[in-house]
Amino acid sequence: MASAAGSGGIALRARGVVQSFLGTTVLHGVDLELRRGEVHGLVGENGAGKSTLMKILAGVHQPDSGTIELDGEPISFTSPLQAQRAGIATVYQEFTLLVDRTIAENIWLGREPRRGPLVDRARMLRETRALLETIGVPELDPALPVRQLSVAEQQVVEIAKAVSLDAKVISMDEPTAALADHEVALLTRIIAGLTQRGIAILYVSHRLREVFDLCTTITVLKDGALVGTWPAEELDERSLVRHMVGRELSAFFPDPAPGTAPGDPMLELEGAGNDFVDDVSLTVRAGEIVGVAGLQGAGRTELLHGIFGADPFTRGTMRAGGRALAPRSPRQAVRAGLALITEDRKTQGLSLNLTVLQNALGVVRAVFPSRTAAARDTMPSTLQELELVARGLDQEVQFLSGGNQQKVVLARWLALAPTVVLLDEPTRGIDVGAKYGVYEVMRRLAASGVAILMVSSELPEVLGMSDRILVMRDGRLAGELPSSSSEEDVLALATGADEAVPA
Amino acid sequence: MTALAQRSPGRRFLSALATPGGAVFVLLVVLLVAASIANPRFAEPDQLVRFLARTAPIAIAAIGQFFVIVSGEFDLSMGAVIAAQVVIAGNVIGQDEAMILPGIALMLLVGVVVGLLNGLLTTLAKVPSFIVTLGTMLALYGFVRFLTGGAATGNPVDSFREIGRGSLGDVLPYPVIILVVLAVGAWLLMRAPFGHTLLAVGDNPVAARLSGTRTGAVKVAAFVLSSLSATVAGILLVGYAGVHPSIGTGYEFQAITAVVLGGAVLGGGRGWVLSAAAGAIALELLFTVLNQVGIDSTWRPSVQGIIIILAVALGAVAWRTARRPASVTRAEAAAGADPDPIPTPTPTPGEQ
Amino acid sequence: MTAITQARPARRARLSTTAIVYIVLVGVIALSAVLVSAAGESFFTSSTLTSVLTLMSILGFVAIGQTLVIISGSLDLSVPYVVSTASIVGAGIMAQGAAGVVPGVLAALLVSAAIGAANGLIVTKLRVHGFIATLGVGLIISGWLGTSFQGSFGSAPPEFRLIGATLIAGVPLSTIIMLACAGLAALLLHRTRLGHHIYAVGGNAHVARLSGVRTQVPVVVSHILCSMLAGLAGLLLLARTSVGSPTIGSQGGYDLMSIAAVVLGGTLLAGGSGGVLGTIGGVAIFAVLDHVMGVLEVNPFFKDFVRGAVIIVAVALYAWRSLQRRPPRFHGKGTRT
Repeated sequence: MASAAGSGGIALRARGVVQSFLGTTVLHGVDLELRRGEVHGLVGENGAGKSTLMKILAGVHQPDSGTIELDGEPISFTSPLQAQRAGIATVYQEFTLLVDRTIAENIWLGREPRRGPLVDRARMLRETRALLETIGVPELDPALPVRQLSVAEQQVVEIAKAVSLDAKVISMDEPTAALADHEVALLTRIIAGLTQRGIAILYVSHRLREVFDLCTTITVLKDGALVGTWPAEELDERSLVRHMVGRELSAFFPDPAPGTAPGDPMLELEGAGNDFVDDVSLTVRAGEIVGVAGLQGAGRTELLHGIFGADPFTRGTMRAGGRALAPRSPRQAVRAGLALITEDRKTQGLSLNLTVLQNALGVVRAVFPSRTAAARDTMPSTLQELELVARGLDQEVQFLSGGNQQKVVLARWLALAPTVVLLDEPTRGIDVGAKYGVYEVMRRLAASGVAILMVSSELPEVLGMSDRILVMRDGRLAGELPSSSSEEDVLALATGADEAVPA
Repeated sequence: MTALAQRSPGRRFLSALATPGGAVFVLLVVLLVAASIANPRFAEPDQLVRFLARTAPIAIAAIGQFFVIVSGEFDLSMGAVIAAQVVIAGNVIGQDEAMILPGIALMLLVGVVVGLLNGLLTTLAKVPSFIVTLGTMLALYGFVRFLTGGAATGNPVDSFREIGRGSLGDVLPYPVIILVVLAVGAWLLMRAPFGHTLLAVGDNPVAARLSGTRTGAVKVAAFVLSSLSATVAGILLVGYAGVHPSIGTGYEFQAITAVVLGGAVLGGGRGWVLSAAAGAIALELLFTVLNQVGIDSTWRPSVQGIIIILAVALGAVAWRTARRPASVTRAEAAAGADPDPIPTPTPTPGEQ
Repeated sequence: MTAITQARPARRARLSTTAIVYIVLVGVIALSAVLVSAAGESFFTSSTLTSVLTLMSILGFVAIGQTLVIISGSLDLSVPYVVSTASIVGAGIMAQGAAGVVPGVLAALLVSAAIGAANGLIVTKLRVHGFIATLGVGLIISGWLGTSFQGSFGSAPPEFRLIGATLIAGVPLSTIIMLACAGLAALLLHRTRLGHHIYAVGGNAHVARLSGVRTQVPVVVSHILCSMLAGLAGLLLLARTSVGSPTIGSQGGYDLMSIAAVVLGGTLLAGGSGGVLGTIGGVAIFAVLDHVMGVLEVNPFFKDFVRGAVIIVAVALYAWRSLQRRPPRFHGKGTRT
């Protein structure tokens, strides 16, 4: 990597990039400059044009006009492959790995080293091992199938693949969206290594704190236009949000509706456990929002799935609304007044080929068919209240943005008037404005006496929304913290760094 | 954005015709016109009704196969079920009038059992339905040939065979009545919560389960409906064609062809049940037209082969374009609803 | 590096699917030996070996090809008609005598390859799922066969029939050719770029495309190879029966039986994983069962019943096994009130 010496020079320069689809302009002449060895944050609401810009650099889209230069040479791509070969690698949010193939086979896919007509497997493994050592993960075995890797490790393989392509620029789309905080640390370290080698990183993320932690320069897009580019130290989270949304969100998290006070216990667990969580005791009262924090793999989603009967508890007791409840299936939980907003909308929440209305009525139809007609009458106003933006009730949900898809998910559960709502990463992958909408729905539900249990990996969200915070570690509750706690308190409890915190 | 209301019925009808599920009706009309031109007598009501009676078994089978396909599965055992039912009719009912009702009850029971077996092995044992129904197909054919020795045996009484070849007042054949009743029933079923849930299960079984759907029960029900429709098709075919173990051969693929021609998407989540029945009728109509213009009936499989490939090739494109928003707002377009969206691979969360 | 090892489950060494296939095969052989000796016959004889290997050869050819196609994410239902077509084409040309053997074989393979290319191109260019594409092509051929040929057609000269009859140390020549094809197919899959790309395309075509794999090539090539292997099976049947037959393929049910053998061999129907070795194991299981049921003079129609049951049970076992993927964190067995 001789180019390390050139650190600080311009690696990539895009000027006046215009892109339109079906007559709609989505990028209005955007400029971007990436310097060697810098991590450049690209932020903006969903729909601001970040993904489009990234896909242009990746060769997925061809811009209508504008120029892109790599190391001073003008370039244009007609396929992702050309972009890769030119030295622009892209790590997509959804991984592009083959789960049944090994790490080495994935990294060399399409460029397998050969000896004669045959693939040189020994060399493939050797070079992969060297590569993984270079980026600082020598313990990963190149012969492991990707299926056996954690999300973070798969991310590492993606990055290793980019490095193996001798990339000058690596753009990363929401690389931490699925990572726990301790895994983010690994990513941070790897990124630092890459920048030392003179690689420019384009870093797209919704997690603003991370953007400040990692990036030296930040570019903000809004509605397809450039708002500006600033050195990171000239901004703080508040001013950044103002640039992104063009308005200041009232302290980011809405306050509880006046008069919201904890009422009777609506959800009680006593020593509950199954294969994945153990000895969980907790109480959520009517009108209360209880946050569940913890590292990835700490058992938070599993806890919700246990309560909801998807992975039924085999030990302990559970009460809902004061009555004993032991759901053996989600159906029984739904009938008892529980609702679960899943972690992943696309794979666990929605039927993407069905319409907005079909999805919104999905639960009612499946569980309470006799209430369908009534729900159909009220659904349009429910969706209107959620400020759903769609072409109509008969639009397929796959064409909605993430935030609007989440509103459809919320609507289908609101139609049941649940008494206990379980939320799993309720704002993952949706833009700032839509996040605020979700928070408002939560506050409104709480005010109407619903008990809410919310799992989230975004600590500011947990701290900003919860009345109390439960922290999980290794499948058990590690302790409870008040909402006035700091992020450090939560992390200490989640990682077990501070055993002194009373449980 | 105030566009949350549904579009007007007229516009919905027109845009529905542009989907594969609607286009099959257009095809049906075109073929009907072609058949009438080739043979003006064909357009006469009695001829049409007789034609419809002849297509009733395959149309009913297609309706049954539709439920399974739209739930994301396959039923390859259909032809074997028909063969088994035909043999049961020949041997159990025979020449004994009194055995007609018990015989029909037994056939329906066998239908339910096969459907349950297919459904439970698919949902509980998690075996792909392609393999499960292939297994039941082999087993049932083996059973049928074991019973019959591979030759035509038994002949049920004429009063039973009347179901398949008689008509009400010499005007309306029973098969047509049965077809219409079943088609209306299937249409209502698809509009009922069960139908929507079936679509949701075919589209995304994980999401459906986490929404409180008994996904297993829904799929099992689809398989039972499929076997039952094969049973009814078998009862009609006995009347029409008598008893032979080879009756029903190829029905599974013909039914799948019809469903696909009717615009349903293999893999589940999309399709209209009446279009499946229309697909079956259109297919038979096409064979009729080809017969009329003097093409040997031995070419039938070839025609079916071309049709199924074309239907799927065109259908895949048409669903995408017909139900896409005509214009997307800027925000939506940039948010990922690009004109050429990269099909997003499912993220692989490893083992947590 | 505690950071990432912490979040990952133990990677237990697991029995590969192929190993399980062969364990099942050994079990089937043991059971067969018991059944056969209970009936007063002996099982471990060279004639048993010859019989089983002979039974393996035809389905073996078809199943090897089917493996390639299934790994690439497609499916081939047209194989029975390709088998018939190859036997007809071969017999038609060989009817002139020994001089027709080489042209006959070449023509049969060429026609088979053309059918495979049609399958592959319909799948890749028209984007029709392999199930439908090959069902359609199979039906098209079957219409042609049914229209143009009634009964047997042509003949094979004695020189060609030798291939079907020759034994080398008790092993039929046809089986040796089949196993050689299996070896070549395994080499292709594991040690060539094309093979790696067949897995990649079957695993996730989008990912393969982003990595610069020309995604259509592996699918078309595996379809061509599959049809050519089916063509070989047709030629071998011609060598055994000495006349071409338009229905010999569909009578054998090679479409569904080969898919069953592939799945029995541990290859995922969805594509992207599996291998030829497992398929051969699956074919062997069917051959042993067939042989035993032949020796025990089981009603031939009962055979289908047994086959159907074996397929379902085996696949249920694999499915059940893959469900056990995530190890529990807690093993408590407390009472729940």
